[in-house]
Amino acid sequence: MTAVVEISGLEVSYEADALPRRVVLRGLDLTVEAGDFMALLGPNGSGKTTLLRAIAGTLRRDAGSVALFGRDLDAWSRVALARRVAVLPQSLVLPDGFRVSELVEMGRAPHATRWFGSSAEDAEAVERALADADALDLAERHADELSGGERQRVLVAMALAQQPELLLLDEPTLHLDIAHQASLLATVGRLRARRGLTVIAVLHDLNLAAAYAPRIAVLGAGRVAADGEPEAVLRPDLVREAFGVAVDEARTADGRRFLVPHAGSVVRNEPSARDGRITG
Amino acid sequence: MRAGVAPRPLVRGPALTRAALVLGAGGALLLAALVVGIGLGSVSIAPDDVLRVLGHRLLGIGAPSGVSDAVETIVIDLRLPRVLGAMVVGAGLACAGTVFQAILRNPMADPYIIGTAAGASLGATIGIVLPLIVPALAIGAGSAWLGLGVVQLLAFGGGVGTVLIVIAIARSGGRLPSVTLLLTGYAVSSLLAAGVALLMFASGRALAAIFSWLMGSLAAVSWIDLAIAAPVVLGVFVALFARWRSLNLLLLGDGPAAHLGLDVGREKLRLTMLATLATSAAVAISGTIGFVGLVVPHLLRLAVGPDHRLLLPASVLLGAALLVMADLGARLAGGIPVGVVTAVVGAPFFLWLLRRSRRVSAPNSA
Repeated sequence: MTAVVEISGLEVSYEADALPRRVVLRGLDLTVEAGDFMALLGPNGSGKTTLLRAIAGTLRRDAGSVALFGRDLDAWSRVALARRVAVLPQSLVLPDGFRVSELVEMGRAPHATRWFGSSAEDAEAVERALADADALDLAERHADELSGGERQRVLVAMALAQQPELLLLDEPTLHLDIAHQASLLATVGRLRARRGLTVIAVLHDLNLAAAYAPRIAVLGAGRVAADGEPEAVLRPDLVREAFGVAVDEARTADGRRFLVPHAGSVVRNEPSARDGRITG
Repeated sequence: MRAGVAPRPLVRGPALTRAALVLGAGGALLLAALVVGIGLGSVSIAPDDVLRVLGHRLLGIGAPSGVSDAVETIVIDLRLPRVLGAMVVGAGLACAGTVFQAILRNPMADPYIIGTAAGASLGATIGIVLPLIVPALAIGAGSAWLGLGVVQLLAFGGGVGTVLIVIAIARSGGRLPSVTLLLTGYAVSSLLAAGVALLMFASGRALAAIFSWLMGSLAAVSWIDLAIAAPVVLGVFVALFARWRSLNLLLLGDGPAAHLGLDVGREKLRLTMLATLATSAAVAISGTIGFVGLVVPHLLRLAVGPDHRLLLPASVLLGAALLVMADLGARLAGGIPVGVVTAVVGAPFFLWLLRRSRRVSAPNSA
């Protein structure tokens, strides 16, 4: 079976005037299989969002190849890609004046068969997306009346309306309280099982990632520094290596490991190392 | 997560009755504007006489109207082209304003924002001044091509050409970032405005003509103007209306629109050029009339919502009706520039609307 995402030797850099070219990803390899739920972790500036954008095809690569569903990214049209890959971006300002159901219906755009209205199939997909994202009760509300948690559910519903096989989430738990963080990730986990989704989610909270994602990849120095089950990846020595912070580990009653930072224990703080700025 | 699930059907198409109501009201308003705009003036003509003349002469309905030849001449030859001109210009500007506000995600965007007005103004100014400097040109200046004046042609070319230059500068790697487009348009506009100012300074007796063109006027609209501008505006409207989905998606932002399958760079380019064609056609026959293209889409977004399936046709109808009424006001006030009327009436109304509206009046609230 072909992998959903297959990346090899990916290099991405950003140009900035009067500054050395900033290399963010340098020869990154990654394979994501169908049905994976992978949390993408790493220090700020380590290239998590960049990697997500590279997979979504909205970024220019310097080198390396990205293949989705066994086909090179360059061979995909935007519409064909949008039918199989949905993205929940880090910041999306929902335009005012639309009802939630209308916004979610925008997720049907890549599947549109009608010139003017929407088909019965569209209506069904929208309803199912709202139900899957626990947003059915929001359908008639307006975007500007939503709380942070509700808004995030709507964005998930928009992405699900695309009926994607691959869902890319960029910090979906940002600005959410702990209950909403948990419920969002639980929803994503359920959908993965129910709809056979493959999920890649950028997360910041190590323990949250470990609790919900069966696979964790940590970015460092422009590559995948560690990749595997939470138990194998989130070890104090690896976290110290990747994030430059000393952590203590403890166990929950049911034996799951969690990590707590040592107060005042930052061991490595040079910006050049932390944000991956590499000269030349 | 919440319990309790909405029992009613979730996806209603565009609320058809509401759309019919809005567009019906817009159409009625436009018809009323047509009759009043033709009826009022130095000689008043009763609405039923106006309708009878129009019906007979244009549609072939009914018997000869029984009104005097003089009245028929006033209706058909004097007032009708001017009123139709106001409709075409108002529709074109409102249509273009709607599109620019969507693709730039900026509520302050108007049809002129990326350089169309400055380019058209420079073109028109050159067209006015040139025959004075090169007397040989004055002979043919009245009808340069297909009976269109040099001024109109240069205004149209100036508007379209300027936007092409702005796009060429703002475009990078197939992308057309909104902020870059806005700033480039602003810079190029400033440069061209300097050219207009210089020509005005040097123009001598043509100053009044230039000034009057810059203020905007529908007094000189001819049937030939209409025959060129009306199909352009109509064609642009149809092409834009067909792209309603793109316009809606762009309200989400470039990134999300791309994730939903839109080729954002190319689509923005298409939409920008279409809106520029409509704007340039409008400006070519009327000069730069302000405020209509800014206020109409803004107002309607508050009233009927941001869905372009309804917003675009409603803007066209209201823009057309509004400019007919504004031009009527300008005529009745002794021939003051129509741009003065649109601003004097539009601005206070706009301010009242801003204060009153609960919802943020922008395409997005960022």
